[in-house]
Amino acid sequence: MSPGTTALVELQDLTKVYGRGESEVRALAGVSFRIDPGEFVAVMGASGSGKSTCLNMLGCLDTATSGHYLFCGLDVGTLSIDQLALLRRNYLGFVFQGYNLLARTSALENVELPLVYRRVAAPVRQKSAIQALQDVGLGDRMHHVPSELSGGQQQRVAIARAIVTSPQMLLADEPTGNLDSARKIEIMKLLQKLNQERKITIVMVTHEPDMAAFATRTLHFKDGLVERDLVSGKVGA
Amino acid sequence: MIWTTILMAIREIKRNPMRSSLTILGIVIGVASVIIMVALGRGAAAKITSDISGMGTNLLIATPGSERHGPTASAAQPFKQDDARIVLRELGSVADVAPAGSQGALVVNGNLNWNSTVTGSTNAYFQIRAFSFELGEGFSDAQLQSGAAVCVLGATVRTKLFGAQNPIGSSIRIAKVNCAVVGVTRPKGQSSFGMDQDDFVLVPLATFQRRITGSTDVGVIFLSAHDGKQIPKVKRQVAALLRERRRIAPGATPDFNVQSMEEITATLGTVTNALIALLGAIAAVSLLVGGIGIMNIMLVSVTERTREIGIRLSIGARGREVLFQFLVEAMALSGLGGIMGILLGLLVSYFAARLMHLPFSLVPDMVVISFLFSASVGIIFGYLPARKASRLNPIEALRHE
Repeated sequence: MSPGTTALVELQDLTKVYGRGESEVRALAGVSFRIDPGEFVAVMGASGSGKSTCLNMLGCLDTATSGHYLFCGLDVGTLSIDQLALLRRNYLGFVFQGYNLLARTSALENVELPLVYRRVAAPVRQKSAIQALQDVGLGDRMHHVPSELSGGQQQRVAIARAIVTSPQMLLADEPTGNLDSARKIEIMKLLQKLNQERKITIVMVTHEPDMAAFATRTLHFKDGLVERDLVSGKVGA
Repeated sequence: MIWTTILMAIREIKRNPMRSSLTILGIVIGVASVIIMVALGRGAAAKITSDISGMGTNLLIATPGSERHGPTASAAQPFKQDDARIVLRELGSVADVAPAGSQGALVVNGNLNWNSTVTGSTNAYFQIRAFSFELGEGFSDAQLQSGAAVCVLGATVRTKLFGAQNPIGSSIRIAKVNCAVVGVTRPKGQSSFGMDQDDFVLVPLATFQRRITGSTDVGVIFLSAHDGKQIPKVKRQVAALLRERRRIAPGATPDFNVQSMEEITATLGTVTNALIALLGAIAAVSLLVGGIGIMNIMLVSVTERTREIGIRLSIGARGREVLFQFLVEAMALSGLGGIMGILLGLLVSYFAARLMHLPFSLVPDMVVISFLFSASVGIIFGYLPARKASRLNPIEALRHE
């Protein structure tokens, strides 16, 4: 790691507490780490270890109880709800385990959606969305709605939607969780390609070591803390 | 961005045809039922009012018999023609009087006959009761004075005895008296009480008294006042004069009755107001039911829509952008439903009014009220859950079950 440059992401003693009093749950118990641009980080851990909570924090989908989250040096904790939305809009992309596509809406329109909020003009928007769908190998399924697509295809639509804006960081929460093993490899190879060719920083939550093997670094969570931080050494060492 | 959001809202409406059409249906039914109910209620009221004014302008009716026992109480002393004459002479506020007597009679033309009512009166009768002539004219002074055997036919009697033929100059038999037809009145149609106002034969009063009843009694005196606003005062003057002529002691109950059409109108007015209130209440219930329908659909779709909001927020939509889209959707559905409801309501009430022979009344106030109510329900219940969802953390909205 290079202390001289600004990290893409820096967490300082971040905590997240759900509930109060007796029923209090400390999902994150003071997490600190940094992620540099271009990394492909796998976040692992048992369920309830805080890995998903951490990913939601990184994605500005949820707010921390205490500590600091610096995104490109900017303290996210000081931002308003609308500023957080703008941060997501302009710098982040999401891939969820359950795909989270809009129902009854074509793949193309789903992929166009982030660009709509970026106020990209319709012709440009459509061109970019078609390109993103072609990038994920779905150029021939653009006008299908989610219910007409397989799980793997839906996840690829979700990835296309996440990368259509060329985000700084792609956050993936168990992206292969609902897929069979052949599809899993397909999706992981796609993510790896995006990381290597387009230099998109990826943070991916998974509980499968096979999937984590595609990453360049693995963070192991246990009881709301980072237990181990392993860099594979192949890239960026 | 506004335009894009509107397009997005329209696309969402098209994508969910079931949800959209049920919402629209709820509003259409609410709006249309209010318009139909109230339009028909007001049409019926207007019909009753116009029928009453069609019976005569500024009309007063004096009948023997006490108010308490009804006009046919036999003990009451009948009027005479002089009573009418003196009322007209003494009271400047009375424009005209028509003393009249009536009885049922069989009228015959050749082999056609018809059971009608024969009335004896003067030409003032036509004017006071607002009859105009379709054919011929009223009686001449000579015919009135001599009790000539002439008659004027109501439109119904003319049709029954002559069909489309011109009856002027023909002779018909009324209760064994042969009378020449001198006029036919224009039809007035059915009254609100369901009576055929055109089913009569009119003869001069003298003819009626001498040749048909053989008595000089007058059953009823029709009066018209000069000024419609002075009706209660004219009524008091007429009553006072008749008391004097009939020598009724001050304070005693009179054995006659003077009624104005206004009083009858007022009585009927309370009835028609009750009718309107009843129909209005039914309409209000259907509006409420429609509103609950809209509310249901909106609330049922909250789960799905909350997830949608979560997705939109997670990919970078701001709360207000999502809300604006939902507001546009709710307004478009409500507006469309409202307009369709208004058109349907007006169309149905127009044809129903024609079918029921009621005047068609536009009900602009109800159009506005029902539209505003339904649209508000649609907008409020479309908007409020969305507002709640848009304030959630995106992750909470996504996990909404």
